Amino acid sequence: MSPGRLRDPGLQHPPTLDPPLLSVRGVRKAFGDHVVLDGLSLDVRSHQVVVLIGASGSGKSTLLRCIDLLEDVDDGVIELEGQDITDPRLDANAVRARIGMVFQAYNLFPHLRVIDNVTLAPRLVHGTPPEQARADALAVLERVGLAAKAQAFPDELSGGQQQRVAIARALVAKPAVMLLDEVTSALDPELVGEVLSLLTELKSTGLTMVVATHEMGFAREVADEVCFLHEGRVHERGTPAQVLENPREERTREFLRRITG
Amino acid sequence: MSWTPSERQQERDAYRRSRARRSTAVAVVSTVALVAVAVLALTSSPGWPRVRASFFDWEVAQESFPAILEGLWLNIRVMAVSAVLIVVVAMALALARTLRGPVFFPVRALATGYVDVFRGLPLILVLLLVGFGLPGLRLQGIPTSAVALGTLALVLTYSAYVAEVFRAGIESVHPSQVAAARSLGLTRAQAMRHVVLPQAVRRVVPPLLNDLVALSKDSGLISILGAIDAVRAAQIETARYANFTPYVVAGVLFVALTIPLTRFTDVLARRSGWVGAQSSLAGGGALR
Repeated sequence: MSPGRLRDPGLQHPPTLDPPLLSVRGVRKAFGDHVVLDGLSLDVRSHQVVVLIGASGSGKSTLLRCIDLLEDVDDGVIELEGQDITDPRLDANAVRARIGMVFQAYNLFPHLRVIDNVTLAPRLVHGTPPEQARADALAVLERVGLAAKAQAFPDELSGGQQQRVAIARALVAKPAVMLLDEVTSALDPELVGEVLSLLTELKSTGLTMVVATHEMGFAREVADEVCFLHEGRVHERGTPAQVLENPREERTREFLRRITG
Repeated sequence: MSWTPSERQQERDAYRRSRARRSTAVAVVSTVALVAVAVLALTSSPGWPRVRASFFDWEVAQESFPAILEGLWLNIRVMAVSAVLIVVVAMALALARTLRGPVFFPVRALATGYVDVFRGLPLILVLLLVGFGLPGLRLQGIPTSAVALGTLALVLTYSAYVAEVFRAGIESVHPSQVAAARSLGLTRAQAMRHVVLPQAVRRVVPPLLNDLVALSKDSGLISILGAIDAVRAAQIETARYANFTPYVVAGVLFVALTIPLTRFTDVLARRSGWVGAQSSLAGGGALR
């Protein structure tokens, strides 16, 4: 564990002095002839929220799936807390257990109740005793405002509620970093708000997050850093004000023009 | 609720009721007509009196019934034992085919080969080969009773079919479910056991019961090895009375055995939750 995670966020050095919690360097990933990530590099520091923007197919999801080891990289290095997690000799399950991932389509387990969705990994992966796992799950469901739905099945919940359960499920194991892959894209507009305000609240607790999104308002409000992905690389990066208000690159301007209409 | 249907709605309801009565009447008339034609065609055929005497003799039916029923009890026991074994073997086969890694190559290859062979072999050949071939080996511990060998042949053949049903169920679970499970740190085996299999098994229950219905009939084939099941008992009774009625009795008993299974399968398949997204249409009725 790096010293950065133990430190009280209020007392930390300016972020630039922290060693990166997550470091992606020169990552390449191709599906057949289609090169999705072409030597992409990205650093994420503790307690930082990095927002990935970019057109569909620009590699946002692929990058997150590579970090969570759901895809093997073709080249390059990904380090989590100083450890090269792309090393094939490493136990990938143990690495995934330290990373929380939330998917666009929630991917809740439909045959399990909400509480069992949340306690599954603590019981099976982290060896938490059942009673403790239950208490932890209820606490985290309380945080996402769904403790009352603990006994419901996923298909009895609204999309926004399901996504909050998915966030709780990823959160319960106290991951070093949370990866969120367009978590509001499948939601009705009126339900987007409840998920985004939950993420805003999680940021305030110091959670490190990498968020792929099309919600520019959310990016502006919550991101410490915005990365614009284009042609398999980070084409432009900076604070939300820099990238979203005064983009230097022509491609970034074009993308922002297109999505804001 | 203080809602009373409007006049327009009452008129619609009246119309629907009259249509429903008309439909019932049409159904009754057409059924009666069809049955009448069939019975007439049968009874007016020149050979009918002889057929009736040799296939539908009430006295022979009564006399042979106890022996055939006792035979059927053997069918039921064979079916129950083989159903349990089939599910176990088939699940093992289906799981063997999902194993990854070079170590498991022989296991995968064996499971694939097994399914290929036993799906292609006619059950009756498997019965003959197992029933007469295995005892010929004179190995210690190999059962020699027709019932045990017949059950073995049923298990060999049916587990190949049922393995494919399980495999289809496993493959029908969307990969995003596995991705979610693995992202939480679950191993491949844990994801299979706790996420994929529970969903897969629920989905394949209707086709599994369908195979169980087929098994209940095919259990009659063990009679060719000499086991005295319902079919064999009917054969013996037929010879005793020089009358074919016992075959009809056995047939009626098999149908009576499978109908509850078939209906149960239908109910399960229709019950919401088993078939996922289709459940939203349940109760919607046929569209106009």
